[in-house]
Amino acid sequence: MAKVKSLAELKAMKEKLQSNIDLREKCDNPESVVQIKVAMATCGIASGAKQVMEHMMEKAEELKISAVFTQTGCMGYCHAEPTIEVKLPGKDPIVFGNVDNKKADEILEKYVLNNELLDGIIPVNYEIIG
Amino acid sequence: MAKIKTHVLCCGGTGCKASAGDEIIANFKSILKEKGLQDEVQVIKTGCFGFCEKGPIVKMMPDNTFYTQVTPSDVQKIVEEHIIKGRKVTDLLYLDPENQQHVADSKHMGFYKKQLRIALRNCGFINPEDINEFISRGGYEGLGKALSEMTPQDVIAEVTASGLRGRGGAGFPTGVKWGLCAKNEADQKYVVCNADEGDPGAFMDRSIMEGDPHSIIEAMAICGYAIGATKGLVYIRAEYPLAIERLQIAIRQAREYGLLGTDILGSGFDFDIELRYGAGAFVCGEETALIHSMEGQRGEPTFKPPFPAVSGYLNKPTNVNNVETFANIPIIITKGADWFASIGSEKSKGTKVFALAGQINNVGLIEVPMGTTLRDIIYEIGGGIKNNRQFKAVQTGGPSGGCLTSKHLDTPIDYESLMAAGSMMGSGGLVVMDETSCMVAIAKFYLEFTCEESCGKCSPCRIGNKRMLEILDKITKGNGTMQDLQELRNLADVIKDTALCGLGQTSPNPVLSTLDNFWDEYVEHVVDKKCRAGVCKSLMSYEIDPAKCIGCGACKRVCPQDAISGEKKMAHHIDNLKCIKCGACYEKCKFGAISIK
Repeated sequence: MAKVKSLAELKAMKEKLQSNIDLREKCDNPESVVQIKVAMATCGIASGAKQVMEHMMEKAEELKISAVFTQTGCMGYCHAEPTIEVKLPGKDPIVFGNVDNKKADEILEKYVLNNELLDGIIPVNYEIIG
Repeated sequence: MAKIKTHVLCCGGTGCKASAGDEIIANFKSILKEKGLQDEVQVIKTGCFGFCEKGPIVKMMPDNTFYTQVTPSDVQKIVEEHIIKGRKVTDLLYLDPENQQHVADSKHMGFYKKQLRIALRNCGFINPEDINEFISRGGYEGLGKALSEMTPQDVIAEVTASGLRGRGGAGFPTGVKWGLCAKNEADQKYVVCNADEGDPGAFMDRSIMEGDPHSIIEAMAICGYAIGATKGLVYIRAEYPLAIERLQIAIRQAREYGLLGTDILGSGFDFDIELRYGAGAFVCGEETALIHSMEGQRGEPTFKPPFPAVSGYLNKPTNVNNVETFANIPIIITKGADWFASIGSEKSKGTKVFALAGQINNVGLIEVPMGTTLRDIIYEIGGGIKNNRQFKAVQTGGPSGGCLTSKHLDTPIDYESLMAAGSMMGSGGLVVMDETSCMVAIAKFYLEFTCEESCGKCSPCRIGNKRMLEILDKITKGNGTMQDLQELRNLADVIKDTALCGLGQTSPNPVLSTLDNFWDEYVEHVVDKKCRAGVCKSLMSYEIDPAKCIGCGACKRVCPQDAISGEKKMAHHIDNLKCIKCGACYEKCKFGAISIK
């Protein structure tokens, strides 16, 4: 192992290594970052949710969006799989249906970065208890 | 390549390891591999999460799900339900005792809500055996900053300004201690980390070393730079094998990265650390005794002055700090003294780690800002007293501390107010007691500990404590007199004033504080020959209530002494001459017919 020779080198090393524990850091304070939940029940996976999630994670990294991705169980919108829920800090969550790679890019670029609403929003049709 | 979506944090502290923690980790790895998920899920062995009562702990990220009391056979379910299907495994979630609801997220658990983790910042978060994880959390940046941007005087000034005080118990200002050592010229100076944690029930330092060993290494190097020392020594108990192993790994990694050794970070500063093992003598936590033990001499204290800052290890200037004190240093340097000084109370800055033990629901390791009240710690974080019993006392400060009562519950925890209440901060053991504890017996327990651990060098401690123990023994056997109580106090005062070292001087504290706070109980033992808690065997007897006894014979069958007689379906009777007060009958009786008198 090469030695660390200066504070600058140490900091550069930290930058490089940070992605390894990024997931944990962000989750320590989930309210401060974009939270994205991907419905990943049988119907979601069958419709390609897993692949969309991976694509979205890469895209978010590319766009330098600090986001936490969680897989959840069935959200109940089986007619519109894959479904994802996006919660921006300080806002109510919004659910998008029929998300493919293209839609995922659009959500990140338009909704997350510029706060523009898109087609394909599923209105909330139930309440969740406490 | 698949992206990592989930981190599984498994506790690798001594407690959870003892409950099959390693097997849980191995199961995760093999089951994930079986399911082809090894590239998507990362399993990390961390240090202690603190919630030892409900260990082994497994925490799932990113959703902060906190699984408690996980067994190796639960792993299959967690993988299949949580990781694959995204559903929480409800039976393994923490059950809130207040409303009997499952709490999924550690942020909403009463245990964590009031805590602030500075010294434990990395415990339960990173893999302690991986220097890269430590660096990615900003580790060694404090050392880097000190070496490249600060003079040794700046470092000492920063630590002094932070208001950090010794976490080993006495509360001496750390910056001042460093300053004293720095001004003594010598060809060689030493930085010593006191990891000889000896209070009964305390495991703060062990958990820090197991969960975040690099922070200690970084802090010792910073201290070395500040006082002009190039050698560091960690004095650690041989009975802490896991902490030793993790420290050794950490030291090796730090050397590989050039963070220990010569010309650290290109600054020209040299520093290296070695471990020294102690045999587990309580007195070796006293700094002069610790130094003698490291030198290969008997672990006995010597008179101060000369202070170790002037003449310590091998007669060279030596700075000794406790593990938890060191754990605070790196973050004080990176975040600044003002930040640290903004936490805590007026004279006690920052946080304190406590090991919660005894009759409390949430036994574990906690860290709270100074100034938090005992009530908050016991009822909010600790979840109250076990089995809905009544709180009676809390022992702080170990064998040097005292017992505080319900009238002290609103005392803010800091060095001064604990001292004023007749106890002390100590290293951080908090033992909670309910009405089933006899305070005379508790005082006797701590004195037995002191007598066993006394090095025997000075007579007040060696002989005085022995005499006190004899008196306490007499009282618990029902032979005490009021004169004895006076004698106890006299002896205690003399020992306090005349013992050689800090441990001897504080050894009468458990007796004095119980005399002050539980005088009635002592008088009861002496005058009424009664022990209200039913602990002192000579002062109690079991009796069968003939009205409640149905004559089932269950008590008779469990009695090892054949002390119970009676015909079937007739009331039974205990012969107190034969009874050894084992309590077997009392526990066996289903009808509440047996009572303690």
